[in-house]
Amino acid sequence: MSEEYVQLTIDGTPISVPTGTTLLDAAKDVDVDVPVICYFAHTTANGLCRLCVVEVEGARMLQAACVTTVQEDSVVHTRSPKVERARRTILEMLVSTVDISESPELQELVVDYECYPERFEGGKKRQPAIIDDNPVYLRDYSQCVMCWRCVQVCADDAQFSYALNFSGRGFDTQIATFFDKPLPETTCVFCGNCIGVCPTGALKAKREHLIEQGVAPEKVMEFTRLKGKKKKSHNSAG
Amino acid sequence: MVSQQLDLGELKSILEKYAPGGRNQLLPALWAAQNCYGYLSEPVVVAIGKALKVPLADIYGVIEFYTMFYKEPVGETIVRICVSPICTQRGSREILNSVCEHFDIQPGETTTDGKYMVEAVECLGLCDFAPSALVGEVPVSISAGATPQSWIQSPDPAPLGHLEGDPCWLLGSCGEVDPAEVKDYEGCGGFMGLKRTLQNPPEFVIEEITESGLLGRGGAAFPTGMKWKFASQAEGQPKYIVCNADESEPGTFKDRVLMEGYPLSIIEGMAIAAYAVGSHYGYLYIRGEYMRAQSIMQKALANARATGYLGKNILDTGFDFDIDVRSGAGAYVCGEETALFESIEGKRGFPRLKPPYPTDQGLFGKPTDINNVETLCAATWIMANGAAAFRSLGTEGSAGTKVYCLSGDIAKPGVYELPLGITLGEIIQKAGGVLGELRGVLIGGAAGTFAGPDDLDLVMSFEGLAENKYFLGSGVVNVINTDRDMKQILYSLAHFFAHESCGKCFPCQLGTQRQLEIMEKSVQGQLTNADLVALEDVGFAMAETSICGVGQMASTAILSAWEKCPDVFGLEESFNGQK
Ligand SMILES: Cc1cc2nc3c(=O)[nH]c(=O)nc-3n(C[C@H](O)[C@H](O)[C@H](O)COP(=O)(O)O)c2cc1C
Ligand code: SF4
Ligand code: SF4
Ligand code: FES
Ligand code: FES
Repeated sequence: MSEEYVQLTIDGTPISVPTGTTLLDAAKDVDVDVPVICYFAHTTANGLCRLCVVEVEGARMLQAACVTTVQEDSVVHTRSPKVERARRTILEMLVSTVDISESPELQELVVDYECYPERFEGGKKRQPAIIDDNPVYLRDYSQCVMCWRCVQVCADDAQFSYALNFSGRGFDTQIATFFDKPLPETTCVFCGNCIGVCPTGALKAKREHLIEQGVAPEKVMEFTRLKGKKKKSHNSAG
Repeated sequence: MVSQQLDLGELKSILEKYAPGGRNQLLPALWAAQNCYGYLSEPVVVAIGKALKVPLADIYGVIEFYTMFYKEPVGETIVRICVSPICTQRGSREILNSVCEHFDIQPGETTTDGKYMVEAVECLGLCDFAPSALVGEVPVSISAGATPQSWIQSPDPAPLGHLEGDPCWLLGSCGEVDPAEVKDYEGCGGFMGLKRTLQNPPEFVIEEITESGLLGRGGAAFPTGMKWKFASQAEGQPKYIVCNADESEPGTFKDRVLMEGYPLSIIEGMAIAAYAVGSHYGYLYIRGEYMRAQSIMQKALANARATGYLGKNILDTGFDFDIDVRSGAGAYVCGEETALFESIEGKRGFPRLKPPYPTDQGLFGKPTDINNVETLCAATWIMANGAAAFRSLGTEGSAGTKVYCLSGDIAKPGVYELPLGITLGEIIQKAGGVLGELRGVLIGGAAGTFAGPDDLDLVMSFEGLAENKYFLGSGVVNVINTDRDMKQILYSLAHFFAHESCGKCFPCQLGTQRQLEIMEKSVQGQLTNADLVALEDVGFAMAETSICGVGQMASTAILSAWEKCPDVFGLEESFNGQK
């Protein structure tokens, strides 16, 4: 079957791409950089952060580039005033909620979009205590942006362990285990996939953390050995 | 500790019943277990997870998502007091405080004797009885001056409500007959529509509905005939019919009245839709707070089955169709069609990305026709009386009648069926007019828009409202007089959205919270001009980038109040309105 192509214009540059291409990929083809937070090539795209929104002429609203596919004759603007305003506001709301001190990419975006998160000073933040419940990694959800990647790689996108899901709803949503149990008491197999995909400092290998804290590398092993076999799991479905 | 003493014996029969359905039966299984034990303890949830083969973390996610599931013991009776805008206008927040004071507890806590748990909840769909509450399963209207002892200890069930029609097409003999009785329903013309449907080919039915000009009454005003056509033409089997009875938009209560007063008309409408689309399975998803409507619908379904209007070989025509009732569990977002599918599938109610649309890939990924309760009642009427008759009322773009929900400062709050195309002022007159001096009218619900005292000649039709940047939504007309505290109303609107955001997309998850904080400052008299600039930016970001209608509409009512009453916040900053 021969591939069908779609013609469109992105920031004034005409381009032709195969049907089904996302606006994000099409923009890459013309060297236009669209910022993303939740998008990750190896996990299912859910269109959560909406930072990648672009303006498509004639569309009812801005469109999330990572999950919107190209339409014939579209005229796309990736950094119009509307786009800037939306991205800046989303970033300001995010940065006034979570700790981005260990997320350099987010810090760059804050500068790039001239954000002023202080306008939301006094607003609610997400600041749960660090969870240190296993020898392999720490969970500091005050740095979590809720990109869902860890949940996805723990489940159908990679590991099929289903140790992670959510607690709460809305602003108070947080990544959680069954009844907020320590990870060793869950179906977690400590594969480390979640640490690998986390875009912020929320999930951190204990080794890295200990070295940051000044523990000598040769001593680190003493803290990070998994004690005995993984505990019996509750989960029959895994 | 308590959990160890639980006798898991009773759970056995629950698990036997629901296990074969797997994850799709998760919500019913959780409901059954909670009804049995009062709450969902860890061992109970572990057993459910094993039996239904659902990962435990996922079940925890589900329990945490729905406000009516509890993972800790609760009081014998749960007292849910509505703090949504219409009840707030009528003093429900003060009532909540006095009840908590009376019991010496905070909202969300249980009395020391374990008898009562008191909760602040969002709209219960009893806005015509505001201020209202749900005491256990009993819907009540809290009358002025009633002591907590009186209305909580011996709750007086609210009646069906005031209803009027001019004409009574959809309301039929609602409120006059024994609602679940097939004989009574037949006596006033019931099932004529289904009979006419089954005597004709499905294409005829779709044509008739298309001809009638019926637009969906659930809020989006999508042409029903076109939706049925898409679903009938879609590839894939089986196909599903879903009736959306999640009705949680503050100010909306018409579907409750239709379910409690005329349930067989909804069942008939679902059967008609099923025949047209080529479906044999229907789901009726009713919000968890509508316990009375659920039991009336169950009774009506049983009666319809017993009389051959549902089940195998309906009326000897060879057509099979049956309906399963699903109870929601406290989540406004589940009224959004794709979130509703997720909920039936046993998941957190996260809206899906569209496309794909429900008619192509809906429930269980199969072609699905989802319609509002009122839409289906209209389809029943149209199939009985013909498309031309339906078109005899209404306007060119908005045929037929609309069932409005009138609440607030009017003489006779209730449900009014009226032709589309009459003015806002005429509708308010039907309900006896405004009590006091008119300040504004909230049209369309929490996701709607405020109209000012000068807007009474607005034409209430889909196109008439759209022209003026209004939105008919589910037919909410909430009248507010000058005695009410607008800032408090706007705060409770913001509270509603922050409480109901599912948390999936950043703009809504974060923006509804920031909006609430700004409205909180407004109530406390601490608002600055800079906050108002931020309010507009937040509203803009939510409207332009959110995944679903919750975020997209979370700021419209608040911003429209500011536009219509520039002095509402008492600051210089004026509404900019740039888009
Ligand atoms: C947040 C949200 C809540 C909704 N709630 C309801 C509801 O309670 N009942 C309903 O019929 N439609 C509701 N809808 C609209 C549905 O998504 C859908 O459009 C409707 O059920 C289709 O039926 P109709 O074509 O008959 O109107 C809601 C939409 C959104 C975005
Ligand atoms: S912990 Fe990391 S990967 Fe998981 S949702 Fe938060 S930011 Fe994303
Ligand atoms: S708009 Fe709000 S309710 Fe809708 S998907 Fe986004 S977070 Fe969820
Ligand atoms: S990157 Fe597209 S929505 Fe997050
Ligand atoms: S019942 Fe209180 S606002 Fe609807």
